[in-house]
Amino acid sequence: MLLGPSGCGKSSLLKSVGGFLKPVEGEIRLSGAEVDGPGPDRMMVFQEFDQLPPWKTVKENVMFPLTASGKLRRREAEDRARSYIAKVGLERFADVHPHMLSGGMKQRVAIARALAMEPAILLMDEPFAALDALTRRKMQEELLALWEEARFTVLFVTHSIEEAIVVGSRILVMSPHPGRVKAELDADGFDHRSVGGEKFQKLQTRIHDMLFADRIESHG
Amino acid sequence: MADGTAKPLPPSRPEFERTLPPLGAVGDVARPLTAFEKLTNLASARRIFLLLILAAIWQAYGAWLSNPLIFPPFTDVADALWDSILRRGLLWRAWASIAVLAKGYVIGVVLALVITALAVSTRVGSDLLSTLTAMFNPLPAIALLPIALLWFGLGETSLVFVLVHSVLWPLALNTHAGFTAVSDTLRMAGRNYGLTGIPYVIRILIPAAFPSILAGLKIAWAFAWRTLIAAELVFGVSSRSGGLGWFIFENRNELNIPEVFAGLVMVILIGLAVEAVVFRAVEARTVRRWGMQR
Repeated sequence: MLLGPSGCGKSSLLKSVGGFLKPVEGEIRLSGAEVDGPGPDRMMVFQEFDQLPPWKTVKENVMFPLTASGKLRRREAEDRARSYIAKVGLERFADVHPHMLSGGMKQRVAIARALAMEPAILLMDEPFAALDALTRRKMQEELLALWEEARFTVLFVTHSIEEAIVVGSRILVMSPHPGRVKAELDADGFDHRSVGGEKFQKLQTRIHDMLFADRIESHG
Repeated sequence: MADGTAKPLPPSRPEFERTLPPLGAVGDVARPLTAFEKLTNLASARRIFLLLILAAIWQAYGAWLSNPLIFPPFTDVADALWDSILRRGLLWRAWASIAVLAKGYVIGVVLALVITALAVSTRVGSDLLSTLTAMFNPLPAIALLPIALLWFGLGETSLVFVLVHSVLWPLALNTHAGFTAVSDTLRMAGRNYGLTGIPYVIRILIPAAFPSILAGLKIAWAFAWRTLIAAELVFGVSSRSGGLGWFIFENRNELNIPEVFAGLVMVILIGLAVEAVVFRAVEARTVRRWGMQR
């Protein structure tokens, strides 16, 4: 979980892991192998709704990376796409084009598309930031449920403290100008029911103070 | 409150909570359309109605002028059209034109795609494309005809050459504009799948830029059609079966003015047919279905 104010390089860090940006110095290694260029072993879920090719139906969208990367053949890809679409609860919309879907549904498709690839790491760049509050909460719960089931590795960028604590198990707090990692915190065992609880409040205040301290330094 | 300066509070209303009754009795509120509404909702019906009105105005003006050498009335032209189709092989003439057009169009489209694919993958290609389009797009294709005749002689090759010129630049310009407008997110999604090079262009860029490409195809079609007819006015496709332009030119020389108009009507009808049937069908199946165009 990467957390920090805007301009601290969370998205840049995520995109570097994705292989879209090349580090000027140093290198990024995933299970020992250096990252050079984008690849289907690191599937990305973006914030924007236009990440789904509009010329493909929901099912074709989920199948697209499977067949494009040569991971599966058409028939197998279709079966797997069906099962992942069912996991995000969109069976009824499998043959619909993305422009007919709501924002939340589009993000569900993007998550199904990424999970269907069974990537080594799932990269999520503020995937719920453009959703309304009610849908966002529902999507966070769904993501946690999917994680409970499959236990995949996620690198998740957010600027919401609450989202970081609820969804994440480890939080990297970053500070801006230049972007540096300020702290790594343990946020295991929190969910939506713990919001408002004493431990939750304590962690939230701690992170809040860290981010707020930055602002005083940079202005003072 | 008593001093009159306090701001009024919003009035408090009693709260309520109700269990909503299941829908069903009042759920469905669709009304069938009347026959007239259905008819006026059909774009083709509205268009045909407009065409009929224009034909009526034409007929009235032609009858009032009563000078068939200058402006024959609609019925004369319709007769001449029917007669030309039945006895003078107008449809064959049209077919000859369309066959040449198709060759030039296909070659032009392929070249345009190759050039723009080069332009999006290398910086030199991009510079080359913008320079070439700036130079050649304003140059009327018909102005190249004399040179084409010099190079390729009096025949189909010269026509195809000017057609390719008329198709290539507007289409390349539109396609390139479409490619550069593809959103970063979609590009990153495509590269995330491991797509690069030609597969990336074919599977991501071309469909994502399809609305612009389709607009370019339409413009290119119109340019090509008018270039072809103009070029044929200078000489036919071949000595025996000249195209539509040649048909118009021949009949003007013999002062068969209704036939000249019939030839023009044929040109227009083919233009309308391609626009209304071919491009509309492509649009309905692609950009409209994908929600990229309303």
